[in-house]
Amino acid sequence: MFNFNFSGEFVAFFVFAVMIISGAVLMVSFAKVVHMVVSLAAVFIGVAGMFVLLEAEFLAFVQVLIYAGAVSILMIFGIMMTKHQEADAEQAKPLHETLTAIGALALFGILFYAIRQSDFPEPEQALAQGTDNTMEIGKLLFTQYVIPFELVSVLLTVAFIGAIVLAKKEAE
Amino acid sequence: MLSSYLTMAAILFCIGLYGALVKRNAVIILLSIELMLNAVNLNLVAFSKYGVVPSLTGQMFTLFSIAVAAAEAAVGIAILIALFRARGTVNADEYDEMRR
Repeated sequence: MFNFNFSGEFVAFFVFAVMIISGAVLMVSFAKVVHMVVSLAAVFIGVAGMFVLLEAEFLAFVQVLIYAGAVSILMIFGIMMTKHQEADAEQAKPLHETLTAIGALALFGILFYAIRQSDFPEPEQALAQGTDNTMEIGKLLFTQYVIPFELVSVLLTVAFIGAIVLAKKEAE
Repeated sequence: MLSSYLTMAAILFCIGLYGALVKRNAVIILLSIELMLNAVNLNLVAFSKYGVVPSLTGQMFTLFSIAVAAAEAAVGIAILIALFRARGTVNADEYDEMRR
């Protein structure tokens, strides 16, 4: 279970966890839409920090580039290009919100119970990777995962062409 | 340490779920879905280090899911802009053609 030893990893984990949770809670509670996007960028950076703790340095940088960079900016552009009520006028539906909160809390309770109950065996040997995480990922990407890699590149091309076509102004 | 990461991801997923169900602005709903995807990525990477058989496969899965999420965000924003042109609003409550 939770046998904490106050190592450096635990302290760093705690800092990133506080960053992620406070960012996510602020995202839910802010009134202005742009503030929500900014607090979500903090969440993305916190997740990138956790990736570093998990020895996935390449993914951490991909996370910063794609999520904290591209997706946040894309969302800000989406907000700017669509007219929105500045303060996201909440004509409150308290029953709906309460029920949703109860449902989300119940889901968290079930997940937490399952995590506490299940018994994760210790890994047999540590992750056998060299010093260079990026190099190992590159090798895998061009040997074992070459077909999914190419398929993802096709998917990205199709998706971006589709996005341009969808967002283009229709000719009269 | 594994269960701490899993709990962290569960918290993130539940907050994302709450945001996706409660918020009215469609851009924020898309952002909440990104939050849930991030929680799943965190799980995958945690298992790639602390699972029974540690390997880089979890990180590869995360890489592909980040690529798919980027495509999803781009197409989602494009659909939103097209919808905004047609309806003049981004309020998800007013996209109710299917139930009229």
